[in-house]
Amino acid sequence: MTRLLDVENLTLDFDTDEGRITAVDDVSFSLEAGEIMGLVGESGSGKSVTAKALMKLNASNAIYGQNTKISLNLADGPVDIMSLRTAQELQIVRGGAISMIFQEPMASFAPAITIGAQMVEQLLIHTSMSALKAQEVSIEMLNRVGISDASTRFKQYAFELSGGMRQRAMIAMALSTNPKLLIADEPTTALDVTIQAQVIDLMKDLVKDFGMGIVFITHDLGVIAQTADTVAVMYLGRVVEKGPVRQVIGNPSHPYTQGLIKALPRLDDLDSPLTPIPGDIPSPLERPNGCVFNTRCSQFLGSQCSGEIPKFTPISHDHMVACHIYQQDQKGT
Amino acid sequence: MKRDTLISANNVSVHYPINGGKLLGPKPVVRAVENVTLNITKGSFFGLVGESGSGKTTLGRAMLKAAPITNGIVNFNDGEVNYSLSNMSSKELKDYRTRSQLIFQDPYAALSPRMTVRDIIAEPLEIMKLTSSREETDRRVREIAAKCRLNLEHLRRFPHAFSGGQRQRISIARALVSEPKFVVADESVAALDVSIQADVLNLLKEIQQEMGLTFLFISHDLSVVAHICDHVAVMYFGRLVETAPTRELFNNPCHPYTKALLSAIPSLDPDAKNLAQKLEGEIPSPTNPPPGCKFQTRCPHAIDICRRDEPQLESVGVEHNVACHRWQELM
Repeated sequence: MTRLLDVENLTLDFDTDEGRITAVDDVSFSLEAGEIMGLVGESGSGKSVTAKALMKLNASNAIYGQNTKISLNLADGPVDIMSLRTAQELQIVRGGAISMIFQEPMASFAPAITIGAQMVEQLLIHTSMSALKAQEVSIEMLNRVGISDASTRFKQYAFELSGGMRQRAMIAMALSTNPKLLIADEPTTALDVTIQAQVIDLMKDLVKDFGMGIVFITHDLGVIAQTADTVAVMYLGRVVEKGPVRQVIGNPSHPYTQGLIKALPRLDDLDSPLTPIPGDIPSPLERPNGCVFNTRCSQFLGSQCSGEIPKFTPISHDHMVACHIYQQDQKGT
Repeated sequence: MKRDTLISANNVSVHYPINGGKLLGPKPVVRAVENVTLNITKGSFFGLVGESGSGKTTLGRAMLKAAPITNGIVNFNDGEVNYSLSNMSSKELKDYRTRSQLIFQDPYAALSPRMTVRDIIAEPLEIMKLTSSREETDRRVREIAAKCRLNLEHLRRFPHAFSGGQRQRISIARALVSEPKFVVADESVAALDVSIQADVLNLLKEIQQEMGLTFLFISHDLSVVAHICDHVAVMYFGRLVETAPTRELFNNPCHPYTKALLSAIPSLDPDAKNLAQKLEGEIPSPTNPPPGCKFQTRCPHAIDICRRDEPQLESVGVEHNVACHRWQELM
């Protein structure tokens, strides 16, 4: 496998009327081609902002940290995304090398333009195809994602399709430019479970066929367990635990990850009580000092946790956790 | 009607007229709920599951008389009063409103941003004239707020100052301040984060036991229902396809739709193999219902009889009913 994406020290602030808020704080991760990386977190954890930063798609009041480095390795050499400034330069990545699918497919399609016209438009922008060829490719992609009677659907509007079908069309559209990296922001959250299962299967198949990398954003640990190869758990803008999905979910080590799993109602154990994580996610205007989770942590150690930002400690090969409990263990031995 | 039943539906249908059809012919309708029969026992936590468009919300509203009941009878009997919902005077309806309540899905949309939390919770008492003085209103607001883990400081603030979980607790306090007997919770935890969701679920269960409430808990999330409800009904396309005590339903699902729904829930175990067949296709359009069993268009086991005759609920075990022609063969 080849390294597709490297994100180093991604820090992102927003200038708002109420003051400067930190949305993403020193986040690093990498992704291989043909790999699905899950980005899990609750609302306000910064997972969507992180994903949008990969295309510099955040609003104009976003301020990127000085040490932020995002590099995307394409066939003709690496692209330093932070150095792209103009809309023209950014077009290499936006819709070209990187595509994105969103949570609510009804809101992502223009309501007054046919599905087909929207698919053709982006192919004309990003490739040198003729309009006729673009139409052929689009219909073929609609077929590929399991939409029956694709040439009819091509001429229809978004409101004429059901929710599951719209999300399939969205995926077809995102993949038709043959991106190297696909960002999927809660792509199954608005769907029913039986449809969600279909879309998850489809996405796994597509990774195999197209060999691209996927950053899969979700709040649902079950969906991550079924789709991702690696996972990064985010809380209040920081990654608190990351590693291969089997190890992170099978042996959750950060108190936050442990809490999330205990709070999840599970079908395989109906007797286990639901244990909520106490308290609420703090406002981004009042980010706690030290470890961001210290205000809700059940294993709070004292001044260390509230004063010092924990560093990543390996639990096993590739499985990293940012928590003082493990740093102490290391010092002890 | 059994003696310990609080509210029951007998062959209840809710039809909505839609545009179209012939000029002089019968007006076409969407059958949002069709021939549903169920009994909710006093003090129980009754779950109603189904995907979008299955009619679960409409059925919940019909039981609150917030949706028109086209056919059938909904009967409410709490020991003090006995109402048939499709046939009540406006005085009785007003009284029924104090005995039944609804908790909504989205705590951001359900609370007026211009009222303080105290006023939001007090409003039902004032509108229904359940208290005789402001002191009494305040006392009841404080009592229910304490039960919902809101403190006095919170009562003076406006909803914008609260997080999603806190707002949902405010919604719950408002629904319960009139001391209803029957509460419909429509997707009441769906908008909340997992770490908060567990807290609200525990709170609902606690209050239900403390106040002896009867809940109809509507949800698309089977794992949530499994944890909180004692009895579950599964809906598909406006029909009940299976009802059973929770454990029985999860250990011994009989309808192919229930089985598919259970197997579609993503497991936390990455190696979990889904043995059951995945469903193809989607729920049919309500304006163009398929003949026979409404699930036959997606059912992997459909045969001729399924395409011809609509199955009726039949007994499978104690309180366990299923509407499927082939449940016995498929066991």
